[in-house]
Formats: sequence, structure tokens, C-alpha cells
Amino acid sequence: MNADIRPIRTPAEQALIAALERPVAAAGGRLADLRAAAARAFIEHGLPHRRVEEWKYTDLRALMREAAPAVGPATVAQAEATARAFAEVDARRIVVANGAVVPELSDLAPEPGLTVLPLAQALTEGHPLLSRLGGLLPARYDASLALNTALATDGVVLHVAAGARIARPVHVAHAFSGGVAASYARTLVVVEEGAHLTYVESFEGPDGVAYQANTATELMVGDHASLEVVRLQAEGVAAFHLATLLFEIGRQADVRGFTFTAGAAVSRTSLYATFAGDESKAAFNGAVLLRGRQHADSTLFVDHTVPGCESRELFKHVLDDGSRGVFQGKIVVRQAAQKTDGRMMSRALALSDDAEMDNKPELEIFADDVACGHGATCGAIDEELLFYLRARGIPEREAQGLLVQAFLGEAIETVQHDGLREALLERSESWLKARG
Amino acid sequence: MAMLEITNLHAQIDDKQILRGLSLTVNPGEVHAIMGPNGSGKSTLSYILAGKDDYEVTEGSVTLDGEDLLDMEIDERAAKGVFLAFQYPIEVPGVATMTFLRTALNAQRKKRGEAEVSTPDFLRLVRDKAGALGISTDMLKRGVNVGFSGGEKKRAEILQMAVLEPKLCILDETDSGLDIDALKIVSEGVNRLRSPERAMIVITHYQRLLNHIVPDFVHVMNKGRIVRSGGRELALELEANGYAEYQQDAA
Repeated sequence: MNADIRPIRTPAEQALIAALERPVAAAGGRLADLRAAAARAFIEHGLPHRRVEEWKYTDLRALMREAAPAVGPATVAQAEATARAFAEVDARRIVVANGAVVPELSDLAPEPGLTVLPLAQALTEGHPLLSRLGGLLPARYDASLALNTALATDGVVLHVAAGARIARPVHVAHAFSGGVAASYARTLVVVEEGAHLTYVESFEGPDGVAYQANTATELMVGDHASLEVVRLQAEGVAAFHLATLLFEIGRQADVRGFTFTAGAAVSRTSLYATFAGDESKAAFNGAVLLRGRQHADSTLFVDHTVPGCESRELFKHVLDDGSRGVFQGKIVVRQAAQKTDGRMMSRALALSDDAEMDNKPELEIFADDVACGHGATCGAIDEELLFYLRARGIPEREAQGLLVQAFLGEAIETVQHDGLREALLERSESWLKARG
Repeated sequence: MAMLEITNLHAQIDDKQILRGLSLTVNPGEVHAIMGPNGSGKSTLSYILAGKDDYEVTEGSVTLDGEDLLDMEIDERAAKGVFLAFQYPIEVPGVATMTFLRTALNAQRKKRGEAEVSTPDFLRLVRDKAGALGISTDMLKRGVNVGFSGGEKKRAEILQMAVLEPKLCILDETDSGLDIDALKIVSEGVNRLRSPERAMIVITHYQRLLNHIVPDFVHVMNKGRIVRSGGRELALELEANGYAEYQQDAA
């Protein structure tokens, strides 16, 4: 006889379930159904723990002791003071503070080929784009995404019309302010056939406040379209950051994603990408810089369902003090996906003996004519290199900095947009300078 | 006062004694060649002078302009004017040669309390020196030594030396792996740096290099100490007779 073992619910789960059971405003029809299904799934499965393979290294049940209460609104002044990232980059900026769009700080004016509107407004209006929302849910239960689906009431809806090439990046700047609380934001990005967009999202908040930010972004990339996504996770150092990215990629499309992670006490970024049209290319790269007791988990799931696509993953971790980095990459090549070319590489540089890196690359291949590969390395700074630099008069810390910068550069330099790439290189430099 | 004074130097690595009482005095303007069979401790000496901490000095002293060299950090020694041209220059991927040279030059100047070099001055300086050594702009943009041939790496070492203008140049087997044309370019680069204020220690196994870089003194090293010193003619004698005589003596 099988006994259904139901673990005792943690205080965090109990609080989240209570929040899910409260009615959420402004949703009807299909969205209401999606929310209800997400809430039911969470109530059934709860927070994942280390025996759930995908969360093996980031045991949410243990790490998330308590669920913070829902956040209140931020003032315009607070939002403005917090959302500082990429200020030097010429971009259309939309500020989302404590999970809600701040119209005073956001450029929502129409532009030929581009539609930008707050999700809350789209929900109120019953905007036709909403039919695309929730369309990319992964087959498996994902607690972070389920909570987002059930609880997010605002965020941004972005639409690029077929053939439109939007020159200026669109930057959704998430800012948290206030005390310990939880915020949810949901974004939908639709890039229609032959269109081009650079989409940026950043996450910032106060240091020392254990707030909880949950974000999910769905990105639909049409045939022959190109999309570059640049993400900056610079949350306050005590924060909890849960992010989900869902990509659906059409035929002969070109997708580039880059995530720069330096914030939060605990963060988890789950990326799901599905090739739905053949002969497309996608690269998902990242740089992760951690110190203190920071924990950052980057989990990628790339699904080749159609033939002739190319996927690349390159992640670089720099780990100081007692920090911990996690990279889990899974590439699935379905039987129909012949001529798939999929590769992933994770490299970690430990600046301290106490740092920890967990690498878990996985390939699951059902087609017989494919080229797939993965690699993972983990090491300290090469002493011979360090000696060479120091023998030329470069002091130890500076020499280490140069070598770390070179290590990260390989990943950061894959960012196509010049201004964003420069801004991220500068961020990595200031991170290194802060080491003293 | 001597620039470099090495007195009764004993050093070991992993409990293996390499230097056993080496003494050497080098004055400004002098070029000293150190020759010797493989394993005599020539490269160890160069690494100890540059500050590599794999070696443990168990006895003796080294001073540079009267200051205790062994007490200084690696980068401090460089700022004081010690330069080691490596036998096997290391590839540093991701750090462009230009960035590397500029960081090194400015770090040294900063340590000496001098102003940083302006960008135009620096570019001019490197372009002049690189041109004379046949180093292209493309090579300067690439990562330090990345994808360079053996000869290009040695030329790049001499370029670094020319830009950093050290007081004491230590050339460790700079001739190894060079064909005759590359040897000429490298030697000319070194000779341009000879000056009354600068001293050089040229470590080599063969006398060939010394036809191009003519030393004032030649020392024969064996089993961790200098066993014979003389003028230029000593190198020619070694070329004719080999090291066998010294190895037997020491055995």
C-alpha cells in the first residue's frame, strides 16, 4: 500500500496558500482559469525542496523560511531613487516599482510598430494581446512561476509589430522599496515576424531588507525575428529573487539572452526556451558575481523540438568569500530535431577557498544526427598568470582584477548592444574594485 | 655602490637544494652572462630575483641599491626596476597587450610616486618601440602572447622591457627557440637598451646569443654556484670545450 506522504507545511507555504486563497482583482475568463490552476498547483505541491531534482541545490523550502506579506505601493520618489540601472543607456524606460508600473517615470507613448502598456491596464481593458499571456507554461510544475501566475497583477505588455525594427532598447526597470514584503511582476514580450527588439530588464532594491521579488517574463519570438534580452539582477544583498523566463522561438529567428547576476542573498533564475520553428539560433549567456554568503542559481532548459536549430550557453561565475553558484543546464533534443547543434559551457572562478560551485549539465538526445556538447570547469586564479602580471609591477589585487575581468569578458562581450555591454563591463569592474 | 649584490645565496624548492652559496656583484652599465649546463640553477636564480615564492631562500642575501630585495613583494621589485624576460612567456587570454603594458607602466609609476602616462604619450611610446621590434598593431590588440609564435613571444618580452625601462634586466634563455633572424631582432632590441645606468644579466646555455649581446663578464654556473668567472673569451672557451670539465670538478 502506498501512503501519500504529505510533508508538514512550512510557515512560508501556509502564508502563501493564505495569499492564494484571497481573491485577486481584475481578471476574468482564461486568465482567471490560469490563475486558479496555478494556485491549485501550488497548494498541491508547495515549495520545492532538495529532493526535487530541478531544485536540488536551491532548496526553497529550507531557504524561504517565511513568506513576506504582499507589498504596498512605492512612492514615485522612492521608485525614482531606486531604479538607477543603465541610466546612461539611451533606452525607452518603464519603471515597475513594487510590482506596479509607475506611469510618471515610464515612457508609454506609442511609437510606430511598438505597443507598450501596463499589464494592469491591459487586464482592465481586456486587451487582445492578453490572449498570448500564459501561453508558454512549462510542462512541469514550477513553484516560482505558479506563484507569479497566481499573484502578479501588473507588469508590462510589449508588442513589436511584424517587420518593425525598434532601434532603442526597451528597458523595464524593476525597483523595490520599503520593508520586508513580497512583490510580483509579469511581463509579456511579443516580437512578431521579421521584427527586431532589444529588451532590457533590471532589478534593484535596498540592501539589508529581506524583501522577496518574484518576476516572470514570457517572450515570443516570431519567424525571422531577432531579439536581444539583457537582464541585470542587482537586488539588495538581503533580498530573495525568483525569476522565470520563458522563450518560444519561431523559424529562422535569432535570440540572444544575457543575465548579469550580482545581487540578492538568494536568487534563482529559471530559463525555459523552446525552438518551435526550424533553423533558428539562440544564445543564453550569463555572468554571475557573488560574495559574502550569496547564493545564485541559474537553471536553463532548452528544448529542441524542430530540426536545424543552434543553441549556445556560456556562463561565467566569479565566487568570493563563502558564496555559492549553481548552474544547471539541460538541452533536450527531440526525435524530430535532426541537425541540432547545441552546446553549453559553465566556467567558475573561485576567489576563496570557502566558495562553492555546483555544475549540472545534462543532455537528453532522441535524434541521431546532432552535434551536442557540454563542459564545466571550476578553479582558482592561475598562480603562474598572477606571477607574470605581478612581475611586471601590477599589484596583486589589481592583477587579480585584470584576470577576473578577462575571465568575465568572454561572456559579457557577447552582448551585442554597445551601451549595455559597456555598462555591464563597468559593473563588473566596480564589483572588483569593491573587493578593495 | 653595486646595483645588485648577491651574497652566499642558498635556496631550495620542496626540500631540494638548488642554489648552494652563489655570490655575484653587478654594477650599473655592466652586462653579465651566466652560462651553465641544464639544471645548474640558472633559471632558479632568475625566478628568485623576480620574487617567485615557490623557492625558499635558506641562507645568504640579495640587495638592490643597498635595499633587501628578498624582502620586497613581486610588484615592488618590478617598480624598483627589476625585469625578468621569461624563458617561456605566458599567454594571458582576455587581457590585451596594450591594456597590460599600460596597467603595468602606470602601476610602476604610481608606486614610484610619478604621474601616470597620458594616453597619446603612451600610444606613441608603444608604437615606436613595437615598430623597431617588428610587432604589429594587431598583435598589440590581441591578448598578451595569445596565439603568438615562440619568436613573437620573445619579441613581446623585449617590447615590455623597452616600455617599462627597468634598471636591471634579467634575460632567461631569451635565445631559446629563436631562429637566426629572430635572434638578431631580439638582440638589437636588447642592445638598444644598454646604457651606463642599466645592468643586464643574460642567462644562456649557448654562446651564440653572446655574439649578438656582447657581455662584459661571463660566469659559469654549476650545481647552484658560480664556479668560474672571466671575460668574453670564457664564453668562446665553453663553446669549444663544453661544460664537462666543470661538471667533473663539481662531482
